[in-house]
Amino acid sequence: MEPSEIEKLAKLARLHIKPEEAAEVAKRIGNVLALMDQLQATNTDAVTPMAHPLDAVQRLRADLVTEPNQREAFMAIAPATENGLYLVPKVID
Amino acid sequence: MEWETVIGLEVHVQLATKSKIFSGSSTAFGAEPNTQACAIDLAMPGTLPVANAEAFRMAVLFGLGINAKINQHSVFERKNYFYPDLPKGYQTTQLAEPIVGPGFLEIETAQGVKQVRIHHAHLEEDAGKSLHEDFHGMSGIDLNRAGTPLIEVVSEPDMRNAEEAVAFAKKLHALVTALEICDGEMSQGSMRFDVNISVRPKGQEKLGTRTETKNLNSFKFMDEAIELEVERQISVLESGGVITQETRLYNGDTKKARSMRSKEDSNDYRYFPCPDLLPVVLDDAYIEAVRQQMPELPAAKAVRYQTSFGLPAYDAGILSADSTTARYFETAAAASGQPKLAANWVIGEVSAQLNRHEISLQNCPVSADQLGGILQRIADNTITAKSGKTVFDALWQGEGQTADEIIAAKGLQVVSDTGALEKIIDDIIAANSAQVESYRAAPDDKKAKMLGFFTGQAMKASKGQANPQQLNAILLAKLQ
Repeated sequence: MEPSEIEKLAKLARLHIKPEEAAEVAKRIGNVLALMDQLQATNTDAVTPMAHPLDAVQRLRADLVTEPNQREAFMAIAPATENGLYLVPKVID
Repeated sequence: MEWETVIGLEVHVQLATKSKIFSGSSTAFGAEPNTQACAIDLAMPGTLPVANAEAFRMAVLFGLGINAKINQHSVFERKNYFYPDLPKGYQTTQLAEPIVGPGFLEIETAQGVKQVRIHHAHLEEDAGKSLHEDFHGMSGIDLNRAGTPLIEVVSEPDMRNAEEAVAFAKKLHALVTALEICDGEMSQGSMRFDVNISVRPKGQEKLGTRTETKNLNSFKFMDEAIELEVERQISVLESGGVITQETRLYNGDTKKARSMRSKEDSNDYRYFPCPDLLPVVLDDAYIEAVRQQMPELPAAKAVRYQTSFGLPAYDAGILSADSTTARYFETAAAASGQPKLAANWVIGEVSAQLNRHEISLQNCPVSADQLGGILQRIADNTITAKSGKTVFDALWQGEGQTADEIIAAKGLQVVSDTGALEKIIDDIIAANSAQVESYRAAPDDKKAKMLGFFTGQAMKASKGQANPQQLNAILLAKLQ
């Protein structure tokens, strides 16, 4: 992993990685990737891709409204609210 | 140089389920902010999604409606990005194994019938809404919409102009409303269109660089946005420039588009299968059961209106285009036993009044049954067509519950009493001696036209209630 790739990943994941840490992080991610390479080397031609380790299928629920309005409780633990809205640092496209 | 436009659409269709795709919160439109956002929608730690069966039923119904292959094994994935109206930090969606595989829709334009291929359609959750009005330099977040089930329909780049793209959008709208899987209320965001547009020299196979104009929520804006963007791309290319791949926003009020500041690396979503959700497997019996629920689609309806009711193709097309209009028309036709009359009224008087008052048929103050009552009385000659409009207006104003009630209250029954009609006509002849003279002196071919004057006067005097055939017969006799 190049330091520039680490920087990009950190940005996407909203992680703050100091420049002096970049080399160490690159080494650790490199180890994980090496393990991936080892897995990649296995011949999987005859193996069906697996989406989930449990040998089960999703159970579906009936279309019913079961959740009451608990806005007051949720707002009570939010850092900032106004007029029923959660407030966050300004974002604009 | 001659240019060819290439258009593909991505359409977000909000499914009309009662609850959200992964939680039991209500999806009703217009509620107070954040009153329909539960712990799952808010991504509280420890919560887990449970998928809504109805969203799957609706997606399968859609797939069958576009003649698509239904993927019996479908998988949810996480599309990762950070935005405050997406509390989990990822959107749960489908990528590699979507529920609906390739299908198509047929569109009709002035150039004829054309097939537009649909690449796939997948299930996903909607995000919340960010409000950028100034809250002391902060943004407000409403998560009522977060988790509302969507199907995203992705077309192939098969459309060549705005007319075809709008025809496709309308066809899709008609389909999802006929299937009753979406309320079709575009102004409330129930259907949102992203349009991919590129141009290339005519005859060239390689596609030009495309731009994406996002979140169009009316057919009119879509048409305008496409025309504008095609014009822009051609003028950039003809002046030696290059098209940058970008996302654009069209403002329907100012009729201008602008480039959205591209979020850096925004297309790196790092999808991976969602560990919180197992694969969904639908068996043949399930798909067959859904197929049995398939309602009559607009195209089949239009054919039936022509063959069973003898309606012209054009009228049949209008009445069958969306399920609200079709239901209103069929109810009025059944209540009155007069399908042709019902067709004329729904296309004519009813839609004219709705346009004038800028309301949708869904909110029409005159119910289809009430309209049927009016038409029945026109057909059995209790009232004239003109009085029918008076009754319609009165019902619109809420002056009564049924046509019969208003006819009685306003005394609108046709006047068929010969004595009363003769009296009216005698008065008119006496008051207009000059016109009578010239009528009698006129050659026969002119007389028919001149008779209209007397008919008009007599109708007016009878307040539109004279039996027209009887009135004409008496007039002709007296003017001899």
